[in-house]
Amino acid sequence: MKKIHTAWTLALLLVAASASQAQAVDPLQARSWAAGCANCHGTNGQAQPGMESLAGVSQEDIVKKMQDFKTGRRPATIMHQLSKGYSDEQIQAIAAYFAAQKK
Amino acid sequence: MKRRQFIQTASWGSAAGVLGLSGCATVGSGSGPKVVVVGGGYGGATAAKYVRMWSDYGIQVTLVEPNASFVSCPISNLVIGGSKTMGDITTPYDNLSKRHGVNVVRGFVTQIDAEKRLVKLADGSELSYDRLILSPGVDLMMDTLPGMSKPGAQDKILHAWKAGPQTLALRQQLEAMPDGGVFAITIPLAPYRCPPGPYERACQVAHYFSKAKPKSKVLILDENDDVTSKGPLFKKAWAERYKGIIEYRPKHKVVDVDAATNTLKFEFNDDLKANVLNVLPMMRAGDIAVKTGLATANKRWCEVDFLTFESKAAPNIHVLGDSIQVAPLMPKSGHMANQHGKTCAAAVVALLTGKQVNDTPIYNNTCYSFVSDEDVVHVASVHRYDAEKKTMLTVPGSGGVSSAANELEGRYALAWARNIWADTLA
Repeated sequence: MKKIHTAWTLALLLVAASASQAQAVDPLQARSWAAGCANCHGTNGQAQPGMESLAGVSQEDIVKKMQDFKTGRRPATIMHQLSKGYSDEQIQAIAAYFAAQKK
Repeated sequence: MKRRQFIQTASWGSAAGVLGLSGCATVGSGSGPKVVVVGGGYGGATAAKYVRMWSDYGIQVTLVEPNASFVSCPISNLVIGGSKTMGDITTPYDNLSKRHGVNVVRGFVTQIDAEKRLVKLADGSELSYDRLILSPGVDLMMDTLPGMSKPGAQDKILHAWKAGPQTLALRQQLEAMPDGGVFAITIPLAPYRCPPGPYERACQVAHYFSKAKPKSKVLILDENDDVTSKGPLFKKAWAERYKGIIEYRPKHKVVDVDAATNTLKFEFNDDLKANVLNVLPMMRAGDIAVKTGLATANKRWCEVDFLTFESKAAPNIHVLGDSIQVAPLMPKSGHMANQHGKTCAAAVVALLTGKQVNDTPIYNNTCYSFVSDEDVVHVASVHRYDAEKKTMLTVPGSGGVSSAANELEGRYALAWARNIWADTLA
């Protein structure tokens, strides 16, 4: 029982820590990180034909896709290699930036 | 133009800022902060657009570029291979002025006065700046090959390493070559612009030969000890697709050329004649950067602060793209220059508006090479700022190459081109 309790406390602490970290990302920093995706996915995530647009896609969807690329659950030609270069916190911030852009 | 942008532009209290949006600002006039960008390639054009965007159209930007339009080096090997045209790789600069209010000046910069913050153009005009962004690409060190100074030599022995008239001229030389002829490409010691480019070009020429001139050969004469990028993938293509056409010879250092007889002279190997010679000399930062005293690494490349891309040799001058002394494993590529452009733009806007410069840049490189007219191999990497080492380092465990050449990535490669051209220029 005590073990479970400790695990729960730890989990809650981790959630709180990651939430505060996500808030700590400077919006201009997040914007510049997201701009690194624009070469393929278009300025502000508004892509040209043949590539997936990220503008206006929900943060949750982008985060899930990136995590699936990272773990290999989702097949890819290149994104499995690129996604591994970004931390979970960075992915959260980048996804939030694209979610807020006009489609 | 969005209404919000107009209001913010007007709030700078600058009539010229507003005029700039219509693309007809008087050069150097106005009262808002002034940025001059020299060079409209992947680095400079991207920086010009993003300084405008990220300053909410408040900072005035003048882009000086000698060419009438942007001609892309990526995809230009397909023009040499015959599956694309010059039109396919050419984009006008119009959208930078129409959509983003960049003052695009067609001109050639002859001198930079870092003290007075002045840029002097060949036509005698001058531009003043608060911050200068220099993205002059590479220049070729022709003086390392004495024979290249003979009259007509550089018109006959082409590099085609800056997409433009030489791209088409090299294609024409290949078309004029008889079947059974030899095309030889020489590669300098790394670093040089676009590490996989020469090997992709060899594939493109071999692809053309296999269809149109099957008795012809491609010789790759590489000063490096081995293929510098995507080695196993290129070697597989040469062994399987272009067996009997492509021959790869490492450790071949060209020391001179004789254009009259189409002969290459090497440091250690026997002279070699070919029907078409494509010589890539050693490269260094664009002449204007060297002349301004910014090329402090081996007198070839410009050292920069990777948080701002500000030169380590001169304040208020930022250097981007192929001209810089790169961080470890950072390629000299168009994709990377575009990333430099955005990182620098963010820093320049922050510095001119009293904001904090981002302290953790992170960006990726993606590079596609065509081994035929449709099959492609890639290399990808992610680069993150290391505060302790003060440089960009690749993120452990990230990046990689294609498992094999494939047609799906051929489609992605062309979509990449459309997107990066738009991100840079539209």
